[in-house]
Amino acid sequence: MLKLNNLCFSYTPGKPVLQNLCLELADGELLAVMGPSGCGKSTLLNLIAGLLKPTSGTLESDSRRTSYVFQEPRLFPWLTVEQNLRAVLPHKTDAADSAAANAASIADALALVELPDAGRLYPSELSGGMKTRISLARAVVYGGDLMLLDEPFAALNEELRADLLRRLKTRLKEKGTSAILVTHQREDAEAFADRIFRLPPATAAPAGSSAP
Amino acid sequence: MKSWKKALRLLLSIAFWVLVWEAAAFGVGNSLLFPTPRIVLRTLWELMKTPLFWKVTGLSLWNVLSGILWALLIGILLAVLTYRVGLLRDLILPMMTVIKATPVASFIVLLLIWIGSAKVPTIITLLIVLPVIWTNLDEGLRRQNPQLREVAAVYRMPAWRRVRLLTLPSVKPYFVSACRTSLGLAWKAGIAAEIIARPRNSIGTMIGDAKNYLNTEEMFAWTLTVILLSLLFEFGFVAILRRLDRRPAEQEDAPC
Repeated sequence: MLKLNNLCFSYTPGKPVLQNLCLELADGELLAVMGPSGCGKSTLLNLIAGLLKPTSGTLESDSRRTSYVFQEPRLFPWLTVEQNLRAVLPHKTDAADSAAANAASIADALALVELPDAGRLYPSELSGGMKTRISLARAVVYGGDLMLLDEPFAALNEELRADLLRRLKTRLKEKGTSAILVTHQREDAEAFADRIFRLPPATAAPAGSSAP
Repeated sequence: MKSWKKALRLLLSIAFWVLVWEAAAFGVGNSLLFPTPRIVLRTLWELMKTPLFWKVTGLSLWNVLSGILWALLIGILLAVLTYRVGLLRDLILPMMTVIKATPVASFIVLLLIWIGSAKVPTIITLLIVLPVIWTNLDEGLRRQNPQLREVAAVYRMPAWRRVRLLTLPSVKPYFVSACRTSLGLAWKAGIAAEIIARPRNSIGTMIGDAKNYLNTEEMFAWTLTVILLSLLFEFGFVAILRRLDRRPAEQEDAPC
């Protein structure tokens, strides 16, 4: 479970991005976060991922492993797709078993994003949309109990986006993984999430949530 | 361009400059002042037949090589330390700036007074190469992509994996650039130090002796030896890098 109590954050003193934010996320729950540009949606994900520290308030999390699909694909340009995915796999001591299991989970993640033959390609050989899907495959390979998605499908066409969200939702529900999807698309939020959380503009009052 | 075409153009270019040399020597008309390429090659061939040539070349090679290796070792260690401790960078930076700005001859004279002639070429090579290595590596380490560092942090990559997959590939272009610059500088500085410090059995001492006896052919022959050694070093270095680097050249991220 994830619980945010009166969470505040500002990049510069006196200019809060998030103010007294309260939010709970149950185990296995899929949440969509919506709100106007600059209201702190990405900041919220960075705080949850531990990349930023709250200015005040608390962030309680049972999550031991959090995967994050950033807005940009953020793939290692000098590694192939397969190596990019392998890079986030945990190191195991039993080499033979681990190698077979790793190869299987990489193949499974690539199949999920419909790029089963992309393993040997370098990021420079992929289109923008393909890179985004590989970034999602990396999060799937990593597993974990919480997945953060920061508008990852903005560059994809509507049909592919809907298909990926549906596949991802099914996978997350199967595994019981919680997820927070930041999006501007209402239809994406409704298709993916159990609940939509509306983040107000940075200076407005604390936020509330509603069922989709 | 195909490799044989490249090689042919290189050979033609070398042939052109040898012809220019031949023409210039012919124009001067005094082999005591400006020997022809043929005379220099013949002198070099005669020198190569003597055991002294190989001893002298070997010792100069060792002087320069050990200077480069020490500079690499110290430069890498310092770059890692200054990357980790910002305060240390502030401390090291003025020292490196002074080393870069100080004339090589001043260092050579000071070292001659302090430690005698034997180790001067090695230390001079070290002093010339060290700032180049440190500056480039420090820059490379600091310019690691912050977005990829966040990926490594979120996905909790173990330290050794971060170094292997993020730090080393990020720093590599800076390291290669530093080494390429350093190799040429190392030979220039090392031989200059030998000419002034005159350690026993070194190419620099031989060049100095040749100058004293107005033996221009030998001076050219020893200089040609240094040029060939320097080129050999660079080709060897590039060959090693090609072996280590299996990914396509267009994947390389040049220093920005």
